[in-house]
Amino acid sequence: MIDVDSFHEIATSLTRHKLRTALTALGVFFGLTIFMLMVSFGGSLRSGINKKMAGFATNAVFLWGQRTSEPYAGLPANRPVVFDNDDIEPLRKLAGVEYVAPRNQLGGFRAGNVVKHGSKVGAFQVAGDYPDFQFISMPLIRAGRYINDADIADRRKVAVIGESVASELFGGADPIGQALEVNGIHFVVVGVFGTRATGQQGDQQVRTIHVPFTTFQQAFHTGNRVSWFALTGKRGVDAKDLEQRVYALLRERHKVAPTDDAAIRGFNAGAQFAKTEKMFGAIDIVLGVFGLLSLLAGAIGVSNIMLISVRERTKEIGVRKALGARPTAVVGMVIAEAIMLTLVAGFIALAVGAFAIAKAADRIATMGPDFPLGPPEVSFSFSVMATAILIAVGALAGLIPAVRAAAISPVEALRDE
Amino acid sequence: MLRLSKINKYYAVGSHRLHVLRDVDLEVEGGEMVAIMGASGSGKSTLLNILGILDRYDAGEYWLGDTLIRDLGEGQAARYRNQFIGFVFQSFNLLPFKTAVENVALPLYYQGVPRRQRNRTALQYLDKVGLADWADHRPAEMSGGQKQRVAIARALITKPRIVLADEPTGALDSKTSEEVMELFAEINRTGMTVILVTHEADVAAKAQRTIRLRDGKVEPELVARAS
Ligand SMILES: Nc1ncnc2c1ncn2[C@@H]1O[C@H](COP(=O)(O)OP(=O)(O)O)[C@@H](O)[C@H]1O
Ligand SMILES: [Mg+2]
Repeated sequence: MIDVDSFHEIATSLTRHKLRTALTALGVFFGLTIFMLMVSFGGSLRSGINKKMAGFATNAVFLWGQRTSEPYAGLPANRPVVFDNDDIEPLRKLAGVEYVAPRNQLGGFRAGNVVKHGSKVGAFQVAGDYPDFQFISMPLIRAGRYINDADIADRRKVAVIGESVASELFGGADPIGQALEVNGIHFVVVGVFGTRATGQQGDQQVRTIHVPFTTFQQAFHTGNRVSWFALTGKRGVDAKDLEQRVYALLRERHKVAPTDDAAIRGFNAGAQFAKTEKMFGAIDIVLGVFGLLSLLAGAIGVSNIMLISVRERTKEIGVRKALGARPTAVVGMVIAEAIMLTLVAGFIALAVGAFAIAKAADRIATMGPDFPLGPPEVSFSFSVMATAILIAVGALAGLIPAVRAAAISPVEALRDE
Repeated sequence: MLRLSKINKYYAVGSHRLHVLRDVDLEVEGGEMVAIMGASGSGKSTLLNILGILDRYDAGEYWLGDTLIRDLGEGQAARYRNQFIGFVFQSFNLLPFKTAVENVALPLYYQGVPRRQRNRTALQYLDKVGLADWADHRPAEMSGGQKQRVAIARALITKPRIVLADEPTGALDSKTSEEVMELFAEINRTGMTVILVTHEADVAAKAQRTIRLRDGKVEPELVARAS
């Protein structure tokens, strides 16, 4: 129905009252711009939080042992709880668990250890890990590989190092195949990784050396101890529920009272994530509704102007009908004008909004990782959706005026006084 | 060509009905030029609007060729109007924001004829009414006579079965009226059926036949004369 020809018809009638058309378009323009800014602000808030959580599986649970706070099963309070290798299999067998990564860290959580390569020396974290850890922490492998099953089975003295370790110990040289020394033990570098995490957390991650878990226990004489567990649930498994079952299992295995919250501590990234997701879902809805309302205000403006325009053009519409315009053609003409007006204003708003948002994103990108907002963006799918909404809004705005126009009686319209 | 039998038309005015056309019988042959005369308010425009499928009637039959024009949907009425009827109005009713050629081409737009083709055709029709040089002018730049010529070209462009004109010279001075009437006569000589409403005897004189309306009734015909 819309071809070059009807386009020409629409354009001439819209440009007949330039100022009025422009003012009406301005309403739609502001409506869509506000809608856009609202939606992208929501996205910006969300990505601001998410960048803090980047670099870890969104459904990860972390657990570590502390001291019991109440006596249980004949054992006294204040007894240290230490996880061990025998916990690994039962955890893996727990329903809903996907990955289990027992970890050991040399010198404790976030400690610096002296690591040497030739004459170069640095202080880094050293961790004993299973291959599963890569599915929880999700390092970005830059060169070589991560720890594999054979490394675990053969207790190989290999190391996968963070980017900062690589640059500080090896400078520009390729670290793969090179040796480094931790507490007098030599490891061969088999992989280098980066991270998605930003800020302090990201810095920590790339200052870490991962060695096979079994090798770690043997080399650093940690027996069968596990400093902490990282695990993830399968898709669709409720993070909160899984966490409860993991606690129950470990409490039973280590003779901790079921009511003792202090003995085994944990952090549920999944629950945290779900909570923020829920909050952002609500924020998105509120912002989206406000945005849509402002667009609606623009649409009402269009509808109003089209009503006035139809009234003014009673004679013209009468002439058109007398010359053979069918009611559908009249309805189509008015609706097409409303859609055209909305679309043109909307596209200008999309362009201006995208420009403003890109500028804002540039500014936010320079704010550093701890700025609470992430860079806002206008996705292609948003643009497609916005166009669809504009067409719908335009059609809706044109509907009542169009029906009015179609109902005009040519005899009445053309009566000569 | 067309036949009206016992056409009755009422208008609701407040609570009572105004009987505007009473048992109107009328037959017009193809190629005829017929004038309708009568006092103001006698129902001439109403009759013409019914002939032009712009208005409905309440009783009787209207045959246009072998098509019964009755109880048509709006869409169908518009299609017949577009195909069968050419209209000329007293106040021209050109669209002011369109050029002469665009105005003439408008009926073809509603037939789905592509722009180029309909503008080319429109130019031919403008040429027929002697206004080829005015193709790109808007109505506001033209005299009354010129506007009415554009309107006549617009009425002819769809090659209708009849051309209907409601007081086409009513807004023109006598010299221009003469020219416009000569144009109608010329069109009629090409075989086109023309029905026009007028209250000027010298205008009606151009027609082969005059029908007189009085209070919605057709008066017995006087002697038919050719000019
Ligand atoms: N829409 C209408 N509603 C009510 N009365 C009308 C309407 N149109 C015309 N009339 C009346 O019908 C009669 C005939 O009108 P019309 O056909 O316009 O007469 P003419 O063209 O001969 O002057 C007049 O009395 C007029 O007032
Ligand atoms: Mg009249």
